[in-house]
Amino acid sequence: MSEPLLRIEDLHKSYAGTEVLKGISFDLERGETKVLIGPSGSGKSTLLRCVNHLTRPDRGRIVLDGDEVVDNRINAIRATIGFVFQDFNLFTHLRALDNVAVGLWRVRGMDRRSARERAARELERVGLANRAEAYPAELSGGQQQRVSIARALAMDPRIILFDEPTSALDPELTEEVVEVMRQLAREGMTMLVVSHEMGFARSAADEIIFMDHGVIVEEGPPEKLFRDAQHARTRDFLRIISGSHAQEEGAS
Amino acid sequence: MSIYGVLLDQLPYLLQGLGIAVLLLMALLVVGLVLGLFFALVEIYGPLWARLPVYALERFARGVPAIILLFLFYYGIGNVYAIPSFAAAVAALGLRSGGYQSQIFRGAIQSVPYGQMLAARAIGMGRMGAVAYIIVPQALRHAIGPWSNEFSAEFKDTSLAYVIGVIELTRQAHYIISNQHGHTLPVLLFAAVLYFVVNRFGNSLLYRLEDRLEVPGFERRS
Repeated sequence: MSEPLLRIEDLHKSYAGTEVLKGISFDLERGETKVLIGPSGSGKSTLLRCVNHLTRPDRGRIVLDGDEVVDNRINAIRATIGFVFQDFNLFTHLRALDNVAVGLWRVRGMDRRSARERAARELERVGLANRAEAYPAELSGGQQQRVSIARALAMDPRIILFDEPTSALDPELTEEVVEVMRQLAREGMTMLVVSHEMGFARSAADEIIFMDHGVIVEEGPPEKLFRDAQHARTRDFLRIISGSHAQEEGAS
Repeated sequence: MSIYGVLLDQLPYLLQGLGIAVLLLMALLVVGLVLGLFFALVEIYGPLWARLPVYALERFARGVPAIILLFLFYYGIGNVYAIPSFAAAVAALGLRSGGYQSQIFRGAIQSVPYGQMLAARAIGMGRMGAVAYIIVPQALRHAIGPWSNEFSAEFKDTSLAYVIGVIELTRQAHYIISNQHGHTLPVLLFAAVLYFVVNRFGNSLLYRLEDRLEVPGFERRS
C-alpha cells in the first residue's frame, strides 16, 4: 500500500503530570474518514489538536503526506490542514465571505478580489451563497459551522480535522452540518472527526477509533464495531452513545 | 469695560488658546495611541526582557503626577537640549496618556476570546498576523468607549501645560484676568464653557465612529 496521507506515531502528551495521550499511533489513508470517539477526558480533542500543533505533543511524530509536522514550518503546514472547531470560532468582525477569504488573502497572499471570488464558491458549496454578507452573529449555529467548513475548504486542505463539530448545535441544526460533512466524505476529502454523531459515523466513516484514558482501545469499520466489538469497554460506550442518541430523537 | 466687552475684545486670544489646547490634545493622543498600543502588545505578547522595561515605563507614566512629568520633561531635557514648552508638553502628557491607553488596549485585547487566536493560527497565520488582522481590529472596537473617556480626561489636562508656559486656553484666560484686573469668575467660566463644548463635540464624534464601526456581535452602550 502507498504511504498514508497522515501517520501518527507514538504520540504522548501530559498536562501538569497527567498523561492524557499515552502513545497513540494510527494511519489515515488518502480519502479516508475516521471518527474518533471516547468518553470525555479520553484525549480525543488533545489528539486532534496535536495533529496541527495547536497543542504541542511531548513526544511522537506526525507525518502529513511525507511531510513531518514540525514547529519551524508550522504556519505553512497548518495552512494545508483544515480545522473545524466545536464553537465555530468565526472571526466576529468579518462577514461570512471575508471569514472564508481572509486565509487566502492574508496567508496565501492571493489578491483580495480573487480571494473573495474563491470564497464565494466555497460558500456556495456549503449552501450559504445567500448569506455571504452576514456577520457571524447574524447566522444560526448550523450556518456558522458551515461557514467555518467553507473557511477550511478555501485553503485546499490535504485533510480536515473536526473537533466535535455538532456538539454545540441543536439536533435540527446538526443535520445540516452533518450533510455537508457527508458530502465531503463522498467527494473524497480526508477527514479526522471527533464526534459522537453516530448517524454520521455509520454513514460516512471508514473506521471508528475508540479511545479511553489516552490509548486507542479498539478501531474498525463502523458496522463491525457496532456488531461485535472486541472489548467490553467499547461495547458499553457504543451502547451509551447510541442510547442517548435514540433518546434525543424520541424526545424531539 | 463691561464683561461682555472684555470677552468680545479678548475672544481672539481665547480662541487662539483653545486652538493650542486642541493641537496639544491631538498630538498627545497620537503619541499616547502609538505608545499605548505598543505597551499593551508587548505586555500581552512580548518576551520577558521586553515586558519588564515596558511595565516600568508604563507604571511610571501612570504613577507620577502630570505636573511632575511636565517639569521633568521641560527642565530635565531642557538641561541638555533646549526644548520648546509645547514639545515638552506633548512628550510628557503623551507618555502619560500612553500609560493609560495601554491599559485600555490591554483590557480590550484580552476581552477578545482565545478561540479567535486559535482559529487564526489554525488557518496558518503567524502570531503577529493573527494579532494584526484578527485580534486588534476586534479589540479596537471594544476600546472606543473607554477611549472616549481618555479623550475627555486628556483634553481637560492640557490646561496643566500652563505650568511650563504653553500659552493654551487656561493661560490665555489667566493673562486676560491679570490685564483686566478683575472679571476673574466670568473669564474662567467662559473658558470652562469652551472646554466643555469642545469636549462634548469630540465625544459625539467618537460615538459616531463607534456607530460606524459597529458590527453585530459587538454590542455597544445601549
